[in-house]
Amino acid sequence: MDVIRRGVVATLVFAAVTGCSVFGGADEDGDPGERTVVLVTHDSFTMKPEVLDEFRNSSGIRIEVRKTGDAGALTNQLVLTKGSPLGDVAFGVDNTFASRALKEGVFVEYRSPDADKGSRRYAVDGTDRLTAIDVGDVCLNADPAAFAGKGIEEPTRFEDLTDPKYKDALVVQDPATSSPGLAFLLGTIAHFGEQGWQGYWSGLKANGVKVVSGWEEAYTQDFSGSSGKGPRPVVVSYASSPAAELGPDGRPRTRALLFTCFRQVEYAGVLAGAANPEDAKKVVDFLLSQQFQSNVPEQMFVYPVREDVPLPAAWQGVVLQPSNPETLPAADIDANRERWINQWRALVLG
Amino acid sequence: MDQPVARARARLTPAGAGLAVAAALPLGFLAVFFLWPVVAILGLGLSSGSVLPVLTSSETWRLVAFTLGQAAASTVLALLAGLPVAFLLARIRLPGLALVRAAVLVPFVLPTVVVGLAFRVLLPAGGPVSIVLANAFFNVAVVARTVAGLWTHLDRRAEDAARALGASRARTFATVTLPALTPAVSSAAAIVFLFCATSFGVVLVLGGARYRTLETEIYLRTVQLLDLPGAAALSLLQLAAVLATLAVGAAARRRRETALALRGRAESARRPAGAEWAVVALALGVVGLLLVPVAVLALRSVSTSDGWSLAGYQALAGTGFPGTLEISGLDAAANSVRAATDATVLAMTLGVTAAVVLVALRRGRVRRASVELMDSALMLPLGVSAVTVGFGYLITLDKLPGDLRTSPALIPLAQALVVTPLVVRIVLPVLRSIDERLRAAAATLGAGPARVWREVDLPLAGRALLTAAAFGYVVALGEFGATSFLARPDTATLPVAIGRLISRPGELNNQMAYAACTLLMAVTVAVVLLVEWLRLPAVGEF
Amino acid sequence: MGLAVRDLTVRYGQLTAVSGVHLEVADGEVVALLGPSGCGKSTLLRAVAGLERPAAGAVCWDGADLAPVAVHRRGFGLVFQDGQLFPHRDVAGNVEFGLRMAGVDRAGRRARVAELLDLLGLAGYQDRRITELSGGEQQRVALARALAPRPRLLLLDEPLSALDRALREQLALDLARVLRVSGSTALVVTHDHDEAFTLADRVALMRVGRIVQTGRPEQVWRAPADEHTARFLGCGTFLPATAAGGVVSCALGTVALPGVPDGPVRLGLRPTALRSDHGGRLRGETLARVHRRDHVRLLVRLDAGLDGPVDAVAGIADAPEAGDPVRLSLDPDGIAVLSRP
Repeated sequence: MDVIRRGVVATLVFAAVTGCSVFGGADEDGDPGERTVVLVTHDSFTMKPEVLDEFRNSSGIRIEVRKTGDAGALTNQLVLTKGSPLGDVAFGVDNTFASRALKEGVFVEYRSPDADKGSRRYAVDGTDRLTAIDVGDVCLNADPAAFAGKGIEEPTRFEDLTDPKYKDALVVQDPATSSPGLAFLLGTIAHFGEQGWQGYWSGLKANGVKVVSGWEEAYTQDFSGSSGKGPRPVVVSYASSPAAELGPDGRPRTRALLFTCFRQVEYAGVLAGAANPEDAKKVVDFLLSQQFQSNVPEQMFVYPVREDVPLPAAWQGVVLQPSNPETLPAADIDANRERWINQWRALVLG
Repeated sequence: MDQPVARARARLTPAGAGLAVAAALPLGFLAVFFLWPVVAILGLGLSSGSVLPVLTSSETWRLVAFTLGQAAASTVLALLAGLPVAFLLARIRLPGLALVRAAVLVPFVLPTVVVGLAFRVLLPAGGPVSIVLANAFFNVAVVARTVAGLWTHLDRRAEDAARALGASRARTFATVTLPALTPAVSSAAAIVFLFCATSFGVVLVLGGARYRTLETEIYLRTVQLLDLPGAAALSLLQLAAVLATLAVGAAARRRRETALALRGRAESARRPAGAEWAVVALALGVVGLLLVPVAVLALRSVSTSDGWSLAGYQALAGTGFPGTLEISGLDAAANSVRAATDATVLAMTLGVTAAVVLVALRRGRVRRASVELMDSALMLPLGVSAVTVGFGYLITLDKLPGDLRTSPALIPLAQALVVTPLVVRIVLPVLRSIDERLRAAAATLGAGPARVWREVDLPLAGRALLTAAAFGYVVALGEFGATSFLARPDTATLPVAIGRLISRPGELNNQMAYAACTLLMAVTVAVVLLVEWLRLPAVGEF
Repeated sequence: MGLAVRDLTVRYGQLTAVSGVHLEVADGEVVALLGPSGCGKSTLLRAVAGLERPAAGAVCWDGADLAPVAVHRRGFGLVFQDGQLFPHRDVAGNVEFGLRMAGVDRAGRRARVAELLDLLGLAGYQDRRITELSGGEQQRVALARALAPRPRLLLLDEPLSALDRALREQLALDLARVLRVSGSTALVVTHDHDEAFTLADRVALMRVGRIVQTGRPEQVWRAPADEHTARFLGCGTFLPATAAGGVVSCALGTVALPGVPDGPVRLGLRPTALRSDHGGRLRGETLARVHRRDHVRLLVRLDAGLDGPVDAVAGIADAPEAGDPVRLSLDPDGIAVLSRP
């Protein structure tokens, strides 16, 4: 009997602690008359709730965010569900996956009024099915302190990393499992060309490059410039990463090597078969709005595409934009991605 | 020739009808939320390309060999480390054991990526040894708790008898205790093997780019390359390996399944004596080792490049560093507890129903093979890649009313898919080892079927039920894959928040991630202690 | 009225465990189902309890078919060989279980538990854990538990065979007393004829799923149905004989067996049929001797009359050694007359 009494007590304690569960809990689905647009995006999407609330108040549209993995996972899920889309708008398909999405007819055409304020510089093709929202750069990050300690200058270019001076300095991610890893591989392909990239990687291999699966291991553990204080002073990360590594003097402790960057562009688009296409277009407009664009840097660590949006004060002099990042046409990437990855694996891991 | 008549009569009884309805619940759940999606995605893969290139590639078979090899090694290690702990939990009465009981569950709740990082700190070389150690680290709890659940109730006198007959302690263990524990040991081994064979995060982080398994390759082909034929080929191989494992496990159980003389706990646990101290020391050593990676995480949550700091914890109380979390760490903790409650309730309902049905079927004249089939079918979700199931959902669940594909309501359902087999495996060996005549005795004394369940099964399996509930809870608390896909920003759980924090640069984010891990561990220990408190022995009961 | 088992057949898959059995147990009667292990007697008991579903036939109580009555509504008490006490309850908790199921109030339960523990010589055992009890005590508690709700029929499945010999004999007497005092109607399954004869008013002998003979204990003992049954009841030697006027003549001599109808009969000899006797007419050689509790068992080759060696008994004091000559005489108490020679 005691067991039963204890059970009752425990249940009550639980009910008190947890409140109502997802089952019983009211899904805050808002007012009955309110329109909802489902925004399908990747895991890295973040935006201040105030920004979304403001849009909700001004437009009467509630944005329901659904995250579905990284950019590749997002794109492939959109392709798989194109007959019965997961939402109305998708954001986060990047230039490495854009061609696949377009080829599969995932998006419908829509040209936002604000698209001319910078976004169209990054258009994939002439059809306006994808609207560029932000750009970011995957670059090598270096730990200046480590190099200063050894009395050698920091590397600056791709080619430096094959110099025996920088033996065992670099850690990169497997392009098969990591999105920055893929971007870095594409950067080397863009830089050295289809004929030269394998030779470059052979040089990196001979010079002791370390390959790990994910950004987390590479950056937080192997890289000497992060809190993990690993052994390697150069890592593949983002141009914006130094903004998060500020020392006591307010200056970043790490530096992005701006001649080793590959440009990633993130796009949004209205999904074919969307339940609510008209409101979906308004959400694309919102993603290009001053309000949203000006919050992009500090929320998602990327640059806004709008030219008339100033960078946040904290980024001034801290986050430098590469003047001439490497790029590859989206169609080329889509056509060759799997082959390049397999060649890379055979070369570097084999 | 009147056998068909007898069978027809059996089919018509009300008890039989009730059993059929009860069996329909877990099987229906399995059909809708597992079989249908998996068959759909495999079908799509098989129809859109040839599986031959993958099946005939020597690389594929290397993957199979490494997958099974690391899983087997991890299982053996988890068994070796788990058995002394099971002994400690089942047979020893020492102060503070409730805490040990809770502590062994902590590894289970930690996000794999974080554990992977902790192991990289401890063993920077990585590779197969790290993978096996980390897999075992996660699964020692499965062995310890599953086996202890049965061991607690094992009649000690059989061992005493063997000792009196001149058997050494080791011999007694090998010839009397271990055979009696076989149902639980093989249950645990099967679960651990499946967990390890499909382990993803650990292999990814510790295997680097070089060591890959079927699971990581299925993930790559499905999620990144959308190579569905290739993924289907690998999934079929994975399925074949899983089915073979289940068959071996079922055979082991079949050989050993006998009714055991079950006892109350208070009487089977006692203060250690003589050589038992060595086993206790060994068990405490294992627990100590389990706590090393845990300590690494806790340590990292307070260390910065400028010395010790509680900044991670302070940040966690709020929404933290700009642009990282949309809810506070405490809200995420509350979300975790809430989601895990749902999943546990659901999984306990499904799992206990399934276990009761399996026991009842065994009792009746239903063919043994069909009982085994149902038993194994319930285990399948543990052995199939979460990615396969998840992508299967994408192309099937929109046909159900309410389009669950991206709904948070799918979280407890997806979690229950993993927790239910665990519940079945923990509860079933104990239910099966209750002597059928004990139920017969209760029935002849006037207890109807429901009353027999309440008076006999429930008190005797109570401990296992609580273990199952605690386990289910902990698994659901730590679940990351399904939750990260399905949780809305405002319903993010702690593991999702940790995954988010760890993927951002910056010292504070890192510290917050580890602080969130510590919070997750604290929540786990609190929940498990609450469950533990439920089963402190009352006078005359246990 | 009481229990009537009609043409009952129970199958396990291909195996027929009980085959076309008829059996009646009258109100207040104790019937023993006696047979070697594996003969189907326990299955028959389980079928009566409702734990096995018959393939054919019926189990009736007071003329009504029990097929639609579930186990827990039959009001039959069941005691297993090894008690099967509830390990999570103390002695009182076990004994009062059936009373709780019947909705008896706490005071009523307490009184009945005390009464039964008294009856079984376990007064004051209420709060003992069952694991603290000896085997005999456990079996007494199991009996008390079965008796507590006053079952209309008590089913005992080898109730004493898990116990050691001395305890078994003592408990058999106690059990006989308890069954008599409580006026129970009971069906006892056993493979031990001593136990059956101690407890039962009537004995039903079972072999390979069938009942081969029913009768009062002394009837069955003295006149087993056939050689198989006689062997099971301890006869080792069989020989033809002729009865005339209550005197039976065979190759070993004549012996008075009143009531045996005239004509040819077949005798079954138990070891006690041949006793060592200095004045005995039968001569032979002792081949082996084994000491038993209250006598010595001999294996003897007779000089004449029978070819093979025979069993015989001798007093402890004057038992011959192996190899010694011995003289034997016939004792009618050790002789069974087969009723279907």
